[in-house]
Amino acid sequence: MSHQELLVMDSVSKKYGGKDKALDGVSVSIEKGQFVSIIGSSGAGKSTMLRCVNRLIDPSEGSIKFDGKPLLSLKKRELRHARRRISMIFQHYNLVSRSTAIENVLQGRLGYKSSLAGVLGLYSEDEKMLAFETLHRLGMEDFAYRRCDQLSGGQKQRVGIARALVQEPLLMLADEPIASLDPKGSRIIMEHLRSVVDDLGIACLVNLHQVDYAIEFSDRILGLKNGKLVFDGTPNELDAKAIAYIYGTTYVKEQVNRNHYTHERVEVADVVGVAS
Amino acid sequence: MSFRNSIRRFTKGKTTKDNAQQASGIYREVETTDIASLSTATTIDRSFFRKRSLSVVILFVLFVTLNALAGGYVGFDIISSLMDIPSGLLWMASNFVPTIESFSKTERILTSLGSTVLIAISSSCIAAVFAFIFAVLGSRSVGIGGPVVIAVRGIASLFRNIPIVAWAFILLFSFKQSEFTGFFALFLTSFGYLTRCYLESIDEVSSGAVEALRATGAGYASIIVQAVIPMTITSVISWVLYMIETNIRDATLIGILTGTGIGFVFDLYYKGFRYDVAGLVLIAIVVAVIVCETISNYVRRQII
Repeated sequence: MSHQELLVMDSVSKKYGGKDKALDGVSVSIEKGQFVSIIGSSGAGKSTMLRCVNRLIDPSEGSIKFDGKPLLSLKKRELRHARRRISMIFQHYNLVSRSTAIENVLQGRLGYKSSLAGVLGLYSEDEKMLAFETLHRLGMEDFAYRRCDQLSGGQKQRVGIARALVQEPLLMLADEPIASLDPKGSRIIMEHLRSVVDDLGIACLVNLHQVDYAIEFSDRILGLKNGKLVFDGTPNELDAKAIAYIYGTTYVKEQVNRNHYTHERVEVADVVGVAS
Repeated sequence: MSFRNSIRRFTKGKTTKDNAQQASGIYREVETTDIASLSTATTIDRSFFRKRSLSVVILFVLFVTLNALAGGYVGFDIISSLMDIPSGLLWMASNFVPTIESFSKTERILTSLGSTVLIAISSSCIAAVFAFIFAVLGSRSVGIGGPVVIAVRGIASLFRNIPIVAWAFILLFSFKQSEFTGFFALFLTSFGYLTRCYLESIDEVSSGAVEALRATGAGYASIIVQAVIPMTITSVISWVLYMIETNIRDATLIGILTGTGIGFVFDLYYKGFRYDVAGLVLIAIVVAVIVCETISNYVRRQII
């Protein structure tokens, strides 16, 4: 793993209409092939931070460098070119639900197309191969010709990841990718994201509500509170005290509950054993 | 009250049962305090529900008084109006029923009905194309922003809120009594109405997909064609079909003013005291609208 800085945010702030800053002087640099989670309570500025990176939201102050190039001074056309190497997945998948899975995946290539080819949806054979291989990689090859509104939440998110991957990105942004999924689907998606980082060397910047998942899957965790970066460290460094500070409340680790349940189940099994 | 009592009684019953089973004293104590805290937690604020029912009663009384006042002001007598209904219906039934003789005009009726339906369809479809372009430019998620948004919304509500009859009168000055006048009046109101509908559905349905494609670096034209159109096409078609239905009805009215189509034929026979033929015209219009509705319902089911 090369320790090269891929994304450098320098005192980035974002102010919406009101007085308060949604993002307040965030400085952070992310290396190539790093899995970084951002945690923090709702409204702490996680989504704003992510969207500032690919300028879906324009920051009010600060500077952002991606792959050595400053992002904030880019003109429309240059910005589109920069966005090709920064892909994004969303909580609500944001697929074109009336199109098939493969069509949605191919739309990840639209940034590389001329207007005419993009409008007509003319993709090269190589691009189609890439799209199918990516779907296969995510275990979705059987659903390639299925319309997206017929897929389950986890499957939709996998199509979303496939669309993000065919962009051949250096950085993948994930805005609460598992917030609408059940535990099983969540785990599958997190494992896919982890493998994206490990196998393809793509850096991932992931907004998460689930602290447990953040600890389990990340190389590094960022904590946001009221728009400020209040924690930056490894999962090991994120102790109960740090979590309590980020969320402004005491945090009970889910692990405790899990032990409790297994303990109970053992007891029941014992009773059954005695009875029979 | 009785609900809370029953909980208490239930608690007591349970405790005695536990006593019989010789449960430990600590356990019993824990349970009773639990339920006691539960019954205080579910104390109901009765005044809240009283206020709710009171406001419903007040609203009803207000509604009735408003009606009585308005009726009194314009001299509307509900009893005599109700009494007039049967004789009115009888008059309609005896005069507007087509006779065998009135069927000799069928050909003329059908030709003008055909032209009216065609005008309704063409005005709706052409209005839909323009409305969609305007709605895309003026929408919040894919629009070009700034003054265009305000301009589009302003134009749309101007065209929509001027009644179609007023449009017909205004256009009569420039285009005289012709089919084009009717077409143009229908076009303008449909355009205003459809722009409004499309603005809503574009922002509602496609903003997510638009955001995603923007993040991939896709160009404006690609985003419109690849995301906005596929996401909104069903509601676009659905609204056009609805517009065609209403336009067939409105075209009849416009025809009376512009002297064209089925409206003119109805006007002609009505003013010529040929109520039987006028009745036949009405039946033809109703049938045309029902047929149109059936077809559009079928199409809607197929595309969703």
